[in-house]
Amino acid sequence: MSGLLEVNGVTKRFGGLVAVSDVTFRLSEGEILGLIGPNGAGKTTLFNMVNGVYKLDKGTIYFAGKDITNRPPNEVVHLGIARTHQIVKPLYGMTVLENVTVGACFGRDYLKLKPSRKVAMEVLERVGLGDRANNSARSLTIAHKKRLEVARALAARPELLLLDEVLAGLNPTEVEMMIGMVRSIRDSGISVLMIEHLMQAIMTLSDRIVVLNLGAKLAEGRPQEVVQDPQVVEAYLGFPDIVDKLRGVQ
Amino acid sequence: MIFRHPVFWLTLIFAGLMIWLPMHGNDVSLREDLILVAIAIVLASNLNLMIGYTGYVNFGHIVFYGLGGYVGLYLATVKGWNLVLSALLAGVFVSLCALIFGLGILRLRGAYFALATIGILQAVQSLVSNFDPWGRSTGLYVSFDAYQPLGGARRALWIAYILVIVVMALSMILSLAIKISKFGLGLFAIREDEDAAVVLGVNATVYKAIIYSVSAFLPAVAGALMFYKNGMIDPSIAFEFMLSLEGIVMLMLGGKGTVIGAALGGGLYEKLRSYLLTSPKLSNFHLVIAGGLLLVVVLFAPGGLIGWFYRLLPGSEKVIE
Repeated sequence: MSGLLEVNGVTKRFGGLVAVSDVTFRLSEGEILGLIGPNGAGKTTLFNMVNGVYKLDKGTIYFAGKDITNRPPNEVVHLGIARTHQIVKPLYGMTVLENVTVGACFGRDYLKLKPSRKVAMEVLERVGLGDRANNSARSLTIAHKKRLEVARALAARPELLLLDEVLAGLNPTEVEMMIGMVRSIRDSGISVLMIEHLMQAIMTLSDRIVVLNLGAKLAEGRPQEVVQDPQVVEAYLGFPDIVDKLRGVQ
Repeated sequence: MIFRHPVFWLTLIFAGLMIWLPMHGNDVSLREDLILVAIAIVLASNLNLMIGYTGYVNFGHIVFYGLGGYVGLYLATVKGWNLVLSALLAGVFVSLCALIFGLGILRLRGAYFALATIGILQAVQSLVSNFDPWGRSTGLYVSFDAYQPLGGARRALWIAYILVIVVMALSMILSLAIKISKFGLGLFAIREDEDAAVVLGVNATVYKAIIYSVSAFLPAVAGALMFYKNGMIDPSIAFEFMLSLEGIVMLMLGGKGTVIGAALGGGLYEKLRSYLLTSPKLSNFHLVIAGGLLLVVVLFAPGGLIGWFYRLLPGSEKVIE
Protein backbone atom coordinates (compact mmCIF):
# COMPACT_ATOMS: atom_id res chain seq x y z
CA MET A 1 0.00 0.00 0.00
CA SER A 2 1.44 3.35 -0.90
CA GLY A 3 0.41 6.35 1.09
CA LEU A 4 0.56 10.12 0.85
CA LEU A 5 3.14 10.14 3.63
CA GLU A 6 5.46 7.21 4.18
CA VAL A 7 7.70 7.24 7.21
CA ASN A 8 10.19 4.37 7.09
CA GLY A 9 12.28 3.38 10.08
CA VAL A 10 13.13 6.90 11.23
CA THR A 11 15.45 7.39 14.18
CA LYS A 12 16.52 10.51 16.01
CA ARG A 13 19.10 10.72 18.78
CA PHE A 14 19.93 13.66 20.99
CA GLY A 15 23.28 12.77 22.46
CA GLY A 16 22.66 9.53 24.32
CA LEU A 17 18.90 9.86 24.29
CA VAL A 18 17.05 8.07 21.52
CA ALA A 19 14.00 10.32 21.07
CA VAL A 20 12.52 8.39 18.18
CA SER A 21 13.59 4.88 17.36
CA ASP A 22 12.89 3.04 14.12
CA VAL A 23 9.32 4.29 13.64
CA THR A 24 7.43 3.28 10.50
CA PHE A 25 3.91 4.27 9.47
CA ARG A 26 1.89 5.37 6.48
CA LEU A 27 -0.80 7.94 6.01
CA SER A 28 -3.24 7.55 3.12
CA GLU A 29 -4.75 10.38 1.19
CA GLY A 30 -7.83 11.88 2.84
CA GLU A 31 -7.09 10.26 6.16
CA ILE A 32 -6.99 11.74 9.64
CA LEU A 33 -4.21 9.89 11.42
CA GLY A 34 -3.89 10.41 15.16
CA LEU A 35 -0.51 10.28 16.84
CA ILE A 36 -0.74 9.63 20.59
CA GLY A 37 1.53 8.63 23.40
CA PRO A 38 2.55 9.68 26.89
CA ASN A 39 4.65 12.80 27.41
CA GLY A 40 8.13 12.41 26.02
CA ALA A 41 7.10 9.63 23.64
CA GLY A 42 8.68 11.47 20.69
CA LYS A 43 5.55 12.75 18.95
CA THR A 44 6.69 16.32 18.39
CA THR A 45 10.18 15.09 17.49
CA LEU A 46 8.56 12.98 14.80
CA PHE A 47 6.75 16.07 13.47
CA ASN A 48 10.00 17.96 13.45
CA MET A 49 11.56 15.21 11.37
CA VAL A 50 8.70 15.11 8.88
CA ASN A 51 8.79 18.86 8.24
CA GLY A 52 12.56 19.06 8.23
CA VAL A 53 13.31 20.95 11.44
CA TYR A 54 15.43 18.00 12.64
CA LYS A 55 17.77 15.93 10.55
CA LEU A 56 17.20 12.19 10.67
CA ASP A 57 19.82 9.84 12.03
CA LYS A 58 18.31 6.95 10.13
CA GLY A 59 15.35 6.17 7.90
CA THR A 60 13.53 7.85 5.03
CA ILE A 61 10.40 9.94 4.59
CA TYR A 62 8.44 10.02 1.33
CA PHE A 63 5.66 12.46 0.56
CA ALA A 64 3.45 11.97 -2.50
CA GLY A 65 6.09 9.65 -3.92
CA LYS A 66 8.94 12.14 -3.43
CA ASP A 67 11.83 11.65 -1.07
CA ILE A 68 11.67 14.51 1.43
CA THR A 69 14.18 13.08 3.91
CA ASN A 70 16.18 15.92 5.47
CA ARG A 71 14.72 18.61 3.22
CA PRO A 72 14.70 21.97 5.03
CA PRO A 73 11.33 23.13 6.42
CA ASN A 74 10.83 25.91 3.87
CA GLU A 75 11.10 23.38 1.01
CA VAL A 76 8.78 20.93 2.73
CA VAL A 77 6.10 23.64 2.82
CA HIS A 78 6.44 24.19 -0.92
CA LEU A 79 5.94 20.48 -1.47
CA GLY A 80 2.64 20.64 0.41
CA ILE A 81 3.12 19.88 4.11
CA ALA A 82 2.16 22.63 6.55
CA ARG A 83 2.22 22.42 10.32
CA THR A 84 1.14 24.11 13.52
CA HIS A 85 3.18 24.35 16.71
CA GLN A 86 2.24 22.96 20.08
CA ILE A 87 3.66 26.09 21.67
CA VAL A 88 2.11 28.73 19.44
CA LYS A 89 4.55 30.88 17.51
CA PRO A 90 2.72 33.93 16.25
CA LEU A 91 4.78 36.67 14.62
CA TYR A 92 3.97 39.05 17.45
CA GLY A 93 4.92 42.35 15.89
CA MET A 94 2.57 41.78 12.96
CA THR A 95 -1.19 41.81 12.54
CA VAL A 96 -3.26 38.64 12.35
CA LEU A 97 -3.77 39.20 8.62
CA GLU A 98 -0.04 39.70 8.02
CA ASN A 99 0.70 36.49 9.90
CA VAL A 100 -1.57 34.50 7.65
CA THR A 101 -0.36 36.37 4.57
CA VAL A 102 3.15 35.09 5.31
CA GLY A 103 1.73 31.57 5.24
CA ALA A 104 0.09 32.15 1.87
CA CYS A 105 3.02 34.04 0.34
CA PHE A 106 5.60 31.38 1.11
CA GLY A 107 3.31 28.35 1.02
CA ARG A 108 2.91 25.68 -1.62
CA ASP A 109 1.95 28.02 -4.46
CA TYR A 110 4.41 30.79 -3.55
CA LEU A 111 1.69 33.37 -4.22
CA LYS A 112 2.32 37.05 -4.85
CA LEU A 113 1.49 39.56 -2.12
CA LYS A 114 -1.93 40.63 -3.37
CA PRO A 115 -3.46 37.19 -3.98
CA SER A 116 -1.89 36.10 -0.69
CA ARG A 117 -3.84 38.74 1.20
CA LYS A 118 -7.01 37.48 -0.44
CA VAL A 119 -6.29 33.86 0.46
CA ALA A 120 -5.36 34.96 3.98
CA MET A 121 -8.64 36.79 4.42
CA GLU A 122 -10.62 33.77 3.18
CA VAL A 123 -8.80 31.47 5.57
CA LEU A 124 -9.33 33.87 8.48
CA GLU A 125 -13.06 33.91 7.78
CA ARG A 126 -13.02 30.14 7.67
CA VAL A 127 -11.41 29.76 11.09
CA GLY A 128 -13.54 32.51 12.59
CA LEU A 129 -10.86 35.17 12.97
CA GLY A 130 -12.15 37.44 10.22
CA ASP A 131 -13.07 40.22 12.59
CA ARG A 132 -9.61 40.15 14.17
CA ALA A 133 -7.69 40.50 10.89
CA ASN A 134 -6.22 43.89 11.73
CA ASN A 135 -5.54 43.22 15.40
CA SER A 136 -2.00 42.65 16.56
CA ALA A 137 -1.19 38.95 16.92
CA ARG A 138 -0.05 39.77 20.45
CA SER A 139 -3.56 40.72 21.50
CA LEU A 140 -5.15 37.33 20.77
CA THR A 141 -6.32 34.90 23.44
CA ILE A 142 -4.72 31.46 23.53
CA ALA A 143 -7.69 29.89 21.75
CA HIS A 144 -7.43 32.48 19.00
CA LYS A 145 -3.67 32.01 18.77
CA LYS A 146 -4.27 28.30 18.17
CA ARG A 147 -6.71 29.18 15.41
CA LEU A 148 -4.14 31.57 13.99
CA GLU A 149 -1.63 28.71 13.86
CA VAL A 150 -4.15 26.62 11.93
CA ALA A 151 -5.01 29.55 9.66
CA ARG A 152 -1.36 30.20 8.80
CA ALA A 153 -0.84 26.55 7.96
CA LEU A 154 -4.03 26.40 5.87
CA ALA A 155 -3.04 29.53 3.97
CA ALA A 156 -0.10 27.56 2.58
CA ARG A 157 -2.73 25.39 0.80
CA PRO A 158 -1.15 22.12 1.94
CA GLU A 159 -2.04 18.59 0.91
CA LEU A 160 -1.07 17.39 4.35
CA LEU A 161 -1.56 19.28 7.58
CA LEU A 162 0.39 18.44 10.73
CA LEU A 163 -1.51 19.56 13.81
CA ASP A 164 0.46 19.57 17.06
CA GLU A 165 -1.94 19.62 20.03
CA VAL A 166 -4.33 22.22 18.67
CA LEU A 167 -6.86 21.29 21.36
CA ALA A 168 -4.59 21.67 24.38
CA GLY A 169 -5.57 24.52 26.67
CA LEU A 170 -8.97 25.09 25.08
CA ASN A 171 -12.26 25.07 26.97
CA PRO A 172 -14.98 22.55 25.97
CA THR A 173 -16.77 24.94 23.59
CA GLU A 174 -13.53 25.85 21.89
CA VAL A 175 -12.60 22.17 21.63
CA GLU A 176 -15.95 21.47 20.00
CA MET A 177 -15.38 24.25 17.50
CA MET A 178 -11.82 23.10 16.72
CA ILE A 179 -12.97 19.49 16.19
CA GLY A 180 -15.50 20.77 13.67
CA MET A 181 -12.76 22.73 11.98
CA VAL A 182 -10.45 19.73 11.67
CA ARG A 183 -13.30 17.73 10.12
CA SER A 184 -14.07 20.44 7.62
CA ILE A 185 -10.38 20.68 6.74
CA ARG A 186 -10.34 16.98 5.95
CA ASP A 187 -13.57 17.27 4.00
CA SER A 188 -11.96 19.96 1.86
CA GLY A 189 -9.44 17.35 0.72
CA ILE A 190 -6.52 17.93 3.08
CA SER A 191 -5.10 14.92 4.88
CA VAL A 192 -4.34 15.41 8.56
CA LEU A 193 -1.72 14.01 10.88
CA MET A 194 -2.49 15.14 14.43
CA ILE A 195 -0.88 14.85 17.82
CA GLU A 196 -3.40 15.04 20.60
CA HIS A 197 -3.66 14.26 24.27
CA LEU A 198 -7.39 14.75 24.49
CA MET A 199 -8.41 11.10 24.05
CA GLN A 200 -12.08 11.71 23.46
CA ALA A 201 -11.33 14.08 20.62
CA ILE A 202 -8.74 11.94 18.94
CA MET A 203 -10.97 8.87 19.22
CA THR A 204 -13.83 10.55 17.43
CA LEU A 205 -11.70 12.36 14.84
CA SER A 206 -9.10 9.81 13.77
CA ASP A 207 -9.56 7.17 11.12
CA ARG A 208 -6.52 5.41 12.49
CA ILE A 209 -4.17 5.95 15.41
CA VAL A 210 -0.44 5.39 15.86
CA VAL A 211 0.74 5.04 19.45
CA LEU A 212 4.29 5.99 20.41
CA ASN A 213 5.95 5.16 23.69
CA LEU A 214 9.54 5.97 24.66
CA GLY A 215 10.33 6.80 21.04
CA ALA A 216 9.12 3.52 19.55
CA LYS A 217 5.87 2.60 17.84
CA LEU A 218 3.75 0.64 20.28
CA ALA A 219 0.58 0.05 18.33
CA GLU A 220 -1.31 1.10 15.22
CA GLY A 221 -4.90 0.63 14.15
CA ARG A 222 -8.47 1.82 14.43
CA PRO A 223 -9.20 3.90 17.54
CA GLN A 224 -11.28 1.16 19.19
CA GLU A 225 -8.63 -1.51 18.62
CA VAL A 226 -5.84 0.70 19.88
CA VAL A 227 -7.41 1.64 23.20
CA GLN A 228 -8.08 -1.98 24.00
CA ASP A 229 -4.49 -2.98 23.30
CA PRO A 230 -3.06 -4.04 26.69
CA GLN A 231 0.34 -2.59 25.82
CA VAL A 232 -1.21 0.82 25.18
CA VAL A 233 -3.12 0.70 28.41
CA GLU A 234 0.06 -0.20 30.23
CA ALA A 235 1.98 2.64 28.65
CA TYR A 236 -0.64 5.12 29.72
CA LEU A 237 -1.79 3.79 33.06
CA GLY A 238 1.07 1.71 34.38
CA PHE A 239 -0.24 -1.86 34.29
CA PRO A 240 -2.26 -3.70 31.66
CA ASP A 241 -5.10 -5.18 33.69
CA ILE A 242 -6.08 -1.91 35.32
CA VAL A 243 -9.16 -1.70 33.15
CA ASP A 244 -10.43 -5.03 34.44
CA LYS A 245 -9.53 -4.11 37.97
CA LEU A 246 -11.42 -0.85 37.70
CA ARG A 247 -14.38 -2.78 36.34
CA GLY A 248 -14.13 -5.12 39.30
CA VAL A 249 -14.29 -2.20 41.68
CA GLN A 250 -17.47 -1.03 40.02
CA MET B 1 2.61 50.34 -6.70
CA ILE B 2 5.35 52.38 -5.12
CA PHE B 3 4.48 55.48 -7.16
CA ARG B 4 1.16 55.70 -5.40
CA HIS B 5 2.85 55.83 -2.05
CA PRO B 6 3.04 59.23 -0.32
CA VAL B 7 6.48 58.42 1.14
CA PHE B 8 7.84 58.05 -2.39
CA TRP B 9 6.80 61.58 -3.32
CA LEU B 10 7.87 62.91 0.07
CA THR B 11 11.33 61.50 -0.58
CA LEU B 12 11.55 63.15 -4.00
CA ILE B 13 10.46 66.52 -2.62
CA PHE B 14 12.93 66.21 0.24
CA ALA B 15 15.78 65.32 -2.12
CA GLY B 16 14.80 68.17 -4.43
CA LEU B 17 14.95 70.63 -1.53
CA MET B 18 18.31 69.26 -0.41
CA ILE B 19 19.70 69.98 -3.88
CA TRP B 20 17.94 73.29 -4.43
CA LEU B 21 18.65 74.94 -1.06
CA PRO B 22 22.45 75.14 -1.25
CA MET B 23 22.64 75.45 -5.04
CA HIS B 24 20.34 78.38 -5.38
CA GLY B 25 22.51 80.66 -3.26
CA ASN B 26 25.73 78.78 -4.15
CA ASP B 27 26.06 78.26 -0.39
CA VAL B 28 29.08 75.99 0.06
CA SER B 29 28.90 75.85 3.85
CA LEU B 30 25.25 74.79 3.76
CA ARG B 31 26.22 72.17 1.22
CA GLU B 32 28.88 70.78 3.54
CA ASP B 33 26.31 70.61 6.34
CA LEU B 34 23.71 68.91 4.22
CA ILE B 35 26.05 66.35 2.72
CA LEU B 36 26.73 65.04 6.22
CA VAL B 37 22.99 64.86 6.85
CA ALA B 38 22.55 62.97 3.60
CA ILE B 39 25.32 60.51 4.46
CA ALA B 40 23.76 59.95 7.89
CA ILE B 41 20.44 59.19 6.20
CA VAL B 42 22.10 56.76 3.78
CA LEU B 43 23.79 54.93 6.65
CA ALA B 44 20.74 54.85 8.92
CA SER B 45 18.35 53.79 6.14
CA ASN B 46 20.51 50.91 5.00
CA LEU B 47 21.30 49.83 8.54
CA ASN B 48 17.53 49.81 9.05
CA LEU B 49 17.24 47.04 6.46
CA MET B 50 19.22 44.79 8.80
CA ILE B 51 18.21 45.98 12.26
CA GLY B 52 14.71 47.28 11.65
CA TYR B 53 13.49 44.88 8.98
CA THR B 54 15.38 41.64 9.63
CA GLY B 55 16.18 41.94 13.33
CA TYR B 56 19.92 41.42 12.95
CA VAL B 57 22.05 44.04 14.69
CA ASN B 58 25.01 45.05 12.57
CA PHE B 59 27.63 46.88 14.63
CA GLY B 60 30.08 47.02 11.75
CA HIS B 61 27.88 48.57 9.11
CA ILE B 62 30.44 51.32 8.50
CA VAL B 63 32.76 48.77 6.88
CA PHE B 64 30.66 48.98 3.71
CA TYR B 65 30.99 52.75 3.61
CA GLY B 66 34.75 52.69 4.17
CA LEU B 67 35.47 49.85 1.78
CA GLY B 68 33.30 51.52 -0.86
CA GLY B 69 35.27 54.72 -0.30
CA TYR B 70 38.54 52.93 -0.91
CA VAL B 71 37.45 51.05 -4.01
CA GLY B 72 35.76 54.13 -5.47
CA LEU B 73 38.66 56.44 -4.76
CA TYR B 74 41.16 53.96 -6.13
CA LEU B 75 39.25 53.54 -9.38
CA ALA B 76 38.44 57.23 -9.79
CA THR B 77 41.88 58.62 -9.03
CA VAL B 78 44.60 55.99 -9.44
CA LYS B 79 42.88 54.38 -12.42
CA GLY B 80 41.28 57.61 -13.60
CA TRP B 81 37.87 56.08 -14.30
CA ASN B 82 34.61 57.97 -14.46
CA LEU B 83 33.27 58.91 -11.00
CA VAL B 84 29.79 57.43 -11.39
CA LEU B 85 31.18 54.21 -12.83
CA SER B 86 33.76 53.97 -10.04
CA ALA B 87 31.14 54.52 -7.36
CA LEU B 88 28.81 51.92 -8.87
CA LEU B 89 31.62 49.40 -9.19
CA ALA B 90 32.56 50.09 -5.57
CA GLY B 91 28.95 49.31 -4.64
CA VAL B 92 28.93 46.07 -6.61
CA PHE B 93 32.29 44.96 -5.21
CA VAL B 94 31.32 45.69 -1.61
CA SER B 95 27.93 43.98 -2.05
CA LEU B 96 29.68 40.87 -3.30
CA CYS B 97 32.05 40.97 -0.32
CA ALA B 98 29.04 41.35 1.96
CA LEU B 99 27.39 38.35 0.34
CA ILE B 100 30.47 36.25 1.09
CA PHE B 101 30.80 37.57 4.68
CA GLY B 102 27.08 37.14 5.15
CA LEU B 103 26.98 33.49 4.14
CA GLY B 104 29.54 32.93 6.88
CA ILE B 105 28.33 35.03 9.77
CA LEU B 106 24.58 34.93 9.18
CA ARG B 107 24.51 31.47 10.69
CA LEU B 108 24.99 33.25 13.98
CA ARG B 109 22.12 34.83 15.82
CA GLY B 110 21.60 37.61 18.34
CA ALA B 111 24.64 38.85 20.21
CA TYR B 112 26.95 36.42 18.39
CA PHE B 113 26.05 37.88 15.03
CA ALA B 114 26.57 41.40 16.39
CA LEU B 115 30.02 40.44 17.67
CA ALA B 116 30.96 38.88 14.35
CA THR B 117 30.08 42.12 12.54
CA ILE B 118 32.57 43.97 14.75
CA GLY B 119 35.11 41.30 13.88
CA ILE B 120 34.57 41.88 10.18
CA LEU B 121 35.02 45.62 10.61
CA GLN B 122 38.30 45.13 12.47
CA ALA B 123 39.55 42.51 10.03
CA VAL B 124 38.88 44.66 6.98
CA GLN B 125 40.45 47.67 8.64
CA SER B 126 43.61 45.70 9.45
CA LEU B 127 43.74 44.31 5.94
CA VAL B 128 43.41 47.75 4.34
CA SER B 129 45.97 49.23 6.76
CA ASN B 130 48.49 46.78 5.36
CA PHE B 131 47.48 46.91 1.71
CA ASP B 132 50.17 48.57 -0.39
CA PRO B 133 48.15 49.69 -3.43
CA TRP B 134 45.84 51.58 -1.07
CA GLY B 135 48.67 53.36 0.71
CA ARG B 136 48.61 51.32 3.91
CA SER B 137 47.87 53.45 6.98
CA THR B 138 48.48 56.77 5.21
CA GLY B 139 45.66 56.10 2.77
CA LEU B 140 44.94 57.61 -0.62
CA TYR B 141 44.80 61.23 -1.77
CA VAL B 142 42.90 62.64 -4.68
CA SER B 143 45.24 64.58 -6.92
CA PHE B 144 43.82 67.80 -8.25
CA ASP B 145 43.88 66.39 -11.79
CA ALA B 146 41.30 63.81 -10.81
CA TYR B 147 38.68 66.57 -10.65
CA GLN B 148 39.47 67.74 -14.20
CA PRO B 149 37.17 65.32 -16.07
CA LEU B 150 34.24 66.86 -14.19
CA GLY B 151 35.26 70.41 -15.08
CA GLY B 152 37.52 71.34 -12.21
CA ALA B 153 37.32 70.95 -8.45
CA ARG B 154 34.55 73.48 -7.81
CA ARG B 155 32.17 71.84 -10.22
CA ALA B 156 33.25 68.30 -9.25
CA LEU B 157 32.31 68.91 -5.61
CA TRP B 158 28.84 70.05 -6.57
CA ILE B 159 28.42 67.02 -8.79
CA ALA B 160 29.54 64.76 -5.96
CA TYR B 161 27.06 66.48 -3.67
CA ILE B 162 24.15 65.99 -6.04
CA LEU B 163 25.10 62.35 -6.49
CA VAL B 164 25.15 61.83 -2.71
CA ILE B 165 21.65 63.31 -2.51
CA VAL B 166 20.56 60.92 -5.26
CA VAL B 167 22.00 58.01 -3.28
CA MET B 168 20.15 59.29 -0.21
CA ALA B 169 16.85 59.38 -2.11
CA LEU B 170 17.53 55.92 -3.54
CA SER B 171 18.20 54.60 -0.02
CA MET B 172 14.82 55.80 1.18
CA ILE B 173 13.03 54.54 -1.92
CA LEU B 174 14.78 51.17 -1.60
CA SER B 175 13.65 50.95 2.03
CA LEU B 176 10.10 51.74 0.99
CA ALA B 177 10.12 49.31 -1.93
CA ILE B 178 11.35 46.49 0.30
CA LYS B 179 8.91 47.36 3.06
CA ILE B 180 5.85 47.03 0.82
CA SER B 181 7.08 43.93 -1.02
CA LYS B 182 6.77 40.22 -0.46
CA PHE B 183 10.51 40.13 0.19
CA GLY B 184 9.95 42.63 3.01
CA LEU B 185 7.17 40.49 4.48
CA GLY B 186 9.57 37.57 4.56
CA LEU B 187 12.18 39.70 6.34
CA PHE B 188 9.65 40.87 8.93
CA ALA B 189 8.70 37.25 9.55
CA ILE B 190 12.39 36.45 10.15
CA ARG B 191 12.63 39.41 12.52
CA GLU B 192 9.66 38.27 14.57
CA ASP B 193 10.56 34.59 14.82
CA GLU B 194 13.09 33.07 12.48
CA ASP B 195 12.21 29.45 13.26
CA ALA B 196 8.51 30.08 12.69
CA ALA B 197 9.31 31.94 9.46
CA VAL B 198 11.26 28.98 8.09
CA VAL B 199 8.44 26.59 8.97
CA LEU B 200 6.06 28.93 7.12
CA GLY B 201 8.25 28.58 4.03
CA VAL B 202 10.59 31.57 4.16
CA ASN B 203 14.08 30.67 2.96
CA ALA B 204 15.75 32.56 5.78
CA THR B 205 19.33 31.71 4.78
CA VAL B 206 18.93 33.22 1.33
CA TYR B 207 16.82 36.15 2.50
CA LYS B 208 19.31 37.16 5.16
CA ALA B 209 22.26 36.90 2.79
CA ILE B 210 20.46 39.01 0.17
CA ILE B 211 19.44 41.76 2.58
CA TYR B 212 22.91 41.89 4.13
CA SER B 213 24.37 42.30 0.67
CA VAL B 214 21.74 44.84 -0.41
CA SER B 215 22.30 46.89 2.76
CA ALA B 216 25.96 47.20 1.72
CA PHE B 217 25.41 48.59 -1.78
CA LEU B 218 24.26 52.20 -1.32
CA PRO B 219 26.52 52.94 1.68
CA ALA B 220 29.46 51.78 -0.45
CA VAL B 221 28.40 54.04 -3.33
CA ALA B 222 27.94 56.93 -0.89
CA GLY B 223 31.38 56.22 0.61
CA ALA B 224 32.99 56.37 -2.81
CA LEU B 225 31.35 59.73 -3.54
CA MET B 226 31.99 61.20 -0.10
CA PHE B 227 35.68 60.34 0.07
CA TYR B 228 36.13 61.54 -3.49
CA LYS B 229 34.61 64.84 -2.43
CA ASN B 230 36.80 64.97 0.70
CA GLY B 231 39.85 64.33 -1.43
CA MET B 232 41.40 61.76 0.85
CA ILE B 233 40.83 58.52 2.75
CA ASP B 234 42.74 56.61 5.40
CA PRO B 235 41.83 53.52 7.44
CA SER B 236 40.99 55.36 10.65
CA ILE B 237 38.43 57.69 9.08
CA ALA B 238 37.09 55.12 6.61
CA PHE B 239 36.34 52.49 9.25
CA GLU B 240 35.42 54.65 12.20
CA PHE B 241 33.79 52.33 14.72
CA MET B 242 32.14 55.23 16.54
CA LEU B 243 30.27 56.23 13.41
CA SER B 244 29.05 52.65 13.15
CA LEU B 245 27.65 52.86 16.68
CA GLU B 246 26.16 56.27 16.04
CA GLY B 247 24.31 54.76 13.09
CA ILE B 248 22.46 52.58 15.59
CA VAL B 249 21.65 55.61 17.75
CA MET B 250 20.26 57.41 14.68
CA LEU B 251 18.05 54.46 13.86
CA MET B 252 16.71 54.02 17.37
CA LEU B 253 16.13 57.75 17.73
CA GLY B 254 14.05 57.98 14.57
CA GLY B 255 12.31 54.64 14.91
CA LYS B 256 13.63 51.36 13.51
CA GLY B 257 11.65 49.47 10.93
CA THR B 258 10.23 52.57 9.29
CA VAL B 259 11.45 54.46 6.21
CA ILE B 260 10.76 57.95 7.56
CA GLY B 261 12.00 57.08 11.06
CA ALA B 262 15.42 56.02 9.82
CA ALA B 263 15.76 59.17 7.71
CA LEU B 264 14.48 61.43 10.48
CA GLY B 265 16.82 59.90 13.05
CA GLY B 266 19.79 60.11 10.69
CA GLY B 267 19.14 63.74 9.84
CA LEU B 268 18.38 64.94 13.37
CA TYR B 269 21.22 63.11 15.02
CA GLU B 270 23.68 64.46 12.47
CA LYS B 271 22.54 68.03 13.11
CA LEU B 272 22.87 67.52 16.86
CA ARG B 273 26.27 65.90 16.44
CA SER B 274 27.71 68.66 14.30
CA TYR B 275 26.40 71.24 16.74
CA LEU B 276 28.07 69.47 19.65
CA LEU B 277 31.28 68.83 17.73
CA THR B 278 31.69 72.47 16.79
CA SER B 279 30.62 73.92 20.10
CA PRO B 280 33.85 74.71 22.01
CA LYS B 281 32.53 73.68 25.40
CA LEU B 282 31.02 70.38 24.33
CA SER B 283 33.66 69.12 21.93
CA ASN B 284 33.90 65.33 21.98
CA PHE B 285 31.04 65.28 24.41
CA HIS B 286 28.71 64.08 21.68
CA LEU B 287 29.34 60.42 22.40
CA VAL B 288 28.19 60.88 25.98
CA ILE B 289 25.04 62.51 24.66
CA ALA B 290 24.63 59.74 22.09
CA GLY B 291 24.84 57.10 24.81
CA GLY B 292 22.35 58.93 27.00
CA LEU B 293 20.02 59.45 24.09
CA LEU B 294 20.12 55.76 23.18
CA LEU B 295 19.34 54.83 26.76
CA VAL B 296 16.38 57.20 26.96
CA VAL B 297 14.97 56.07 23.63
CA VAL B 298 15.30 52.37 24.39
CA LEU B 299 13.75 52.76 27.84
CA PHE B 300 10.97 55.24 27.22
CA ALA B 301 10.25 55.30 23.50
CA PRO B 302 11.30 52.02 21.89
CA GLY B 303 9.48 53.05 18.74
CA GLY B 304 11.60 56.21 18.45
CA LEU B 305 10.26 59.52 17.23
CA ILE B 306 8.12 57.90 14.60
CA GLY B 307 6.62 55.48 17.13
CA TRP B 308 5.69 58.45 19.27
CA PHE B 309 4.11 60.07 16.22
CA TYR B 310 2.10 56.93 15.45
CA ARG B 311 0.73 56.97 18.96
CA LEU B 312 -0.15 60.63 18.62
CA LEU B 313 -1.96 60.00 15.34
CA PRO B 314 -3.35 56.46 15.30
CA GLY B 315 -3.67 55.13 11.77
CA SER B 316 -0.82 57.28 10.48
CA GLU B 317 1.43 54.18 10.33
CA LYS B 318 -0.53 53.06 7.28
CA VAL B 319 0.42 56.21 5.36
CA ILE B 320 3.84 57.16 6.76
CA GLU B 321 5.76 53.92 6.36
